[in-house]
Amino acid sequence: MQLAQIAADLGLECLVPLEPEREVRGGYCSDLLSDVLAHTQPGDLWITHQRHLNVVAVGKLREVAGIVFARGLRPSPDVVARAQTERVNLFVSPDPAFEVAGKLYRALHP
Amino acid sequence: MVRRTNVVLRRIYPIAPRDLEQAGTVSTHVRRELLALGMNPDVVRRASVVCFEGEMNMVLYSQGGRIILLVKEDRVEILFSDHGPGIADIDLASQPGYSTAPDWARELGFGAGLGINNMEKNSDLFKIRSRVGEGTVVRATILVGVPFF
Amino acid sequence: MKLRDIAELLDAQFITGEDQADREVTSAFAADLLSDVLAMVKDEGVLLITGMTTPQVVRVAEVMNMGAVLFVRGKLPTASTVAYASGTGIPLLATRRIMFETCGALYQGGLDPARRKHFPVDHGTPDERGS
Repeated sequence: MQLAQIAADLGLECLVPLEPEREVRGGYCSDLLSDVLAHTQPGDLWITHQRHLNVVAVGKLREVAGIVFARGLRPSPDVVARAQTERVNLFVSPDPAFEVAGKLYRALHP
Repeated sequence: MVRRTNVVLRRIYPIAPRDLEQAGTVSTHVRRELLALGMNPDVVRRASVVCFEGEMNMVLYSQGGRIILLVKEDRVEILFSDHGPGIADIDLASQPGYSTAPDWARELGFGAGLGINNMEKNSDLFKIRSRVGEGTVVRATILVGVPFF
Repeated sequence: MKLRDIAELLDAQFITGEDQADREVTSAFAADLLSDVLAMVKDEGVLLITGMTTPQVVRVAEVMNMGAVLFVRGKLPTASTVAYASGTGIPLLATRRIMFETCGALYQGGLDPARRKHFPVDHGTPDERGS
């Protein structure tokens, strides 16, 4: 499923929408960077509560389809700027992580 | 009225720095003490959350200190006092998302920069005093509601 | 949703509190960051879904009066943490599934997300806060 379609279905606000046609193959929900480094797959949409600068670097390294900050958590402008330069798609959802994960799961496994 | 300041319960808990095995136990004790007094669940919950955040801050960042629980007839007061290092800019440290947490604290699930802000939001009265090199004192007050008659 | 149904849906095991398999959880909250749990959850009897297995997780669940803790990603707490949880009466469950699948399956199974606290939470970052 394409990133733009998922963003629309889940009501995500696009902060850095660089690749709307990128294919999302799965989801990963975690706030622990070491866990994300070890276990995400390329093309996962990563849902998290962490919003410091390292998140972008980890997302880039693991080639995630994008990062979604849950429950309206807004990253600071330097995080957004880093995501622009590193070319990592960033989103914010007003929903808690449980709900974002639930909706994404439903979209990917109808 | 003199009665208003009567102390119903006083407990003093020492806090050791970096004691991650024990961190959080004071808050569970505080919760049980307040429940045993038959206090309103919302008051108990707010006091417990304030205590937990303060306790974690002391364990993670301070050089140790103590937490004092004071229950008065119309309020619960929790006093946190530590031996340093002190907070240089309290306004900055209170802002959501601001954190000086090292990666090891973040990997333990702390240090998201919500602590002081969350303490303040769960308190009716909240005051921090700090001096770099000396220490920090926080007084959080949760009002019980209509004072006892 | 009953803990029994949750265990079945996710191939989860009871670590402690199996005698409370008929207990109902009202809603669910998923996070590894405990500060988020402390800042966000208002409901009581919530199912906490987390990959953190430190003793603080159970203490947070206790002070927030949560219904149960479900550990994901196959991680298990230490024996002392399990013993502590037994004393508090909070059931602990564990599944090998990742948090994403766990949330997905429970959400599809009809479990609601936990409601936020009544006070408005400031989501702004420090530099946006003045607005």
